[in-house]
Amino acid sequence: MTMRPDPTFHASPKLAMEAPAENFAYTLLLSPDFSKPDALAVIDVKPGSPTYSQIVHTVTMPNKGDESHHFGWNACSSALSPLAGHAFVERRYLIIPGLRSSRIYIIDTKPDPTKAKIHKIIEPEEVFKKTGYSRPHTIHCGPDGIYVSTLGGGGKDGTNGPPGVFIMDCETFEVLGRWEIDRGPQTRHYDFWWNLPRDYMVTSEWALPPQFENGIVPEDLLANKYGHHLHFWDLRARRNVQTIDLGANHQMALEVRPAHDPVREYGFVGVVVDTTNLEASIWTWWREGGKFHAEKTATIPPEPAPKEKLPPLLQGFGAVPPLVTDIDLSMDDRFLYVSCWGTGEMRQYDVSDPRKPKLAGSVHIGGIARRTPHPNGKAFAAGPQMVEISRDGRRVYWTNSLYSTWDDQFYPEGVPGVEVMANVGRNGGLELDKNYFVSFPDGYRAHQIRLEGGDCSTDSFCYPSV
Amino acid sequence: MFDRLVLLPVGLDGTHASPALGLLWLALVASGLYHGINPGMGWPLAVSAGLLDKSPRALFRALWALAAGHLLATLLVLLPFAFLLVLAEWQRPIQIGASLLVIGFGVYRLIDRRHPRALARIPPTQLALWSFAVAIAHGAALMLVPIYLGLCQAFELDAGHEAAGALMQANLGMAVLVSLVHVTAMVGAGGCLAWLVYRHLGLKFVSRSWFNLDAVWATSLVVVGAVALAFNLVSWR
Repeated sequence: MTMRPDPTFHASPKLAMEAPAENFAYTLLLSPDFSKPDALAVIDVKPGSPTYSQIVHTVTMPNKGDESHHFGWNACSSALSPLAGHAFVERRYLIIPGLRSSRIYIIDTKPDPTKAKIHKIIEPEEVFKKTGYSRPHTIHCGPDGIYVSTLGGGGKDGTNGPPGVFIMDCETFEVLGRWEIDRGPQTRHYDFWWNLPRDYMVTSEWALPPQFENGIVPEDLLANKYGHHLHFWDLRARRNVQTIDLGANHQMALEVRPAHDPVREYGFVGVVVDTTNLEASIWTWWREGGKFHAEKTATIPPEPAPKEKLPPLLQGFGAVPPLVTDIDLSMDDRFLYVSCWGTGEMRQYDVSDPRKPKLAGSVHIGGIARRTPHPNGKAFAAGPQMVEISRDGRRVYWTNSLYSTWDDQFYPEGVPGVEVMANVGRNGGLELDKNYFVSFPDGYRAHQIRLEGGDCSTDSFCYPSV
Repeated sequence: MFDRLVLLPVGLDGTHASPALGLLWLALVASGLYHGINPGMGWPLAVSAGLLDKSPRALFRALWALAAGHLLATLLVLLPFAFLLVLAEWQRPIQIGASLLVIGFGVYRLIDRRHPRALARIPPTQLALWSFAVAIAHGAALMLVPIYLGLCQAFELDAGHEAAGALMQANLGMAVLVSLVHVTAMVGAGGCLAWLVYRHLGLKFVSRSWFNLDAVWATSLVVVGAVALAFNLVSWR
């Protein structure tokens, strides 16, 4: 409990952009064969620092096989919600959910990121017992607690009941219970985010645990059995109010990125693959006249490639699907960054007109067939995956691993962990920074990145930018 | 009844005017200003509403809703005491009991700092309900009870000679007056702050001006209760 709101809480996206830049990046390290415990790397990202672009601290977990995914802060700018009326928590703890183990780690980043340490461990049994869910995946800091999305229901393989969202206390980290009161037709889950003052949540669908834990199931994919719905919820009533089917061929609707400015009632979602033509797509969703709508607003075509350059999984297709596995929206809601993990490209779309994204910048790096090296000459395995944008929108960071078993199918030669950064021009455009290239210890892959003081996929706001 | 009420606020009624009376009115207005500037009672919601709708009108609509909720909460808490006071011979035990209640609630808020989770379920479209629930949950309305009882007492020294009906009417009138004065001061202060932030100071002020008032708020309840208790015990002797 503090006397003043945390200085990294900002009333509006504009104030968040004006705040001091990040000095540290937190990145999750995964042991893909589960031979070593997962770890959290703290990376120095302060330009001019003697340890710039190096790991300056590592927190190693005491267990193996967690496969931690989209971690997040215990509290963020949403704490300034005037409805919550109480802004006195610190942005201090990182909540790391183990997707494979259902274990959750709470990491204390104070007094200094270079001294981060484990504060608490929530064992899987507590999550199972209190929520009936398993396989926690994404963390978002809400004004009234920590929201955690899960990909599995109960039972050994996580298919006993649908997955959903549960809530944790943001100070004691006690698991409080399920969030949903009426889930409507929702049976699969992936990402979620919201517009706090407009009082709605949006959730997306990836797959049920048997469809991802041991790798992608090609028969299920070709039979369009992966998720393809968007669900819209009344946030405080905790009710599903509308479900939009993107069409069964639009398989795997993943990251949901609402505009940060709460005045803007729209957002985006990325679809990994269209099973009719291997295309990836970006969809814009919006609210108008009390109803939600969604339409496909950008497509990215597959790239033909000779059989010998393809992994066995793709040889029958003779092409590389772009595989849009992550998207991220800049704080001013102007640029949408799109990771094409298959073709090895990071795209930057100008989404000033949200229903007409315009390609504004692109860099190639990695890729199944292209295998573009970094401008500094070093190899970049796999393709751009988890992407994070600095609050001021000038730097875009990304790593290269998707998920252990899927990495092995699409990139059988291995995916050594790498983190790179691109600088953004004043009016768009994207250029990889030659001096920023983090390679991780042998045997580790790199996943989600969080930036000190908040970033573009963490903070949500209750006041518009003025 | 009303000719008397008209004179109340200015304390011009020669027969009843006293320094204590002036202090009570002052305390009432001060409590309104205090609740008004406390972000927890809702002025940032008015700023947010004004900015989201890009219209000062939305800001004022939000203020009205906040005022209505706070007024309703205040009335709801004061009315039972208005009825209780008809038992004129029980006036002092009632006052002492009320003081202890306020102190007790303050102590409880000091020990248990958690905010009721049910408040998080109220949608942003129901600001009046939100304001009502917050005023009840945080004891904002309760804080006025000792002041209200003090005012009733100051004006009804001859209560024993009045008919119960007339007494009840006077007490109810006083409850309405106390609530109105308090809420006017509250909305005045909160509204000024909201307008200043909306028009001149900017959103940075929201996080800069926000102090953790939990302990101060709980202590205020204890102090108000204790002062009322002390007055009652002294004047009882």
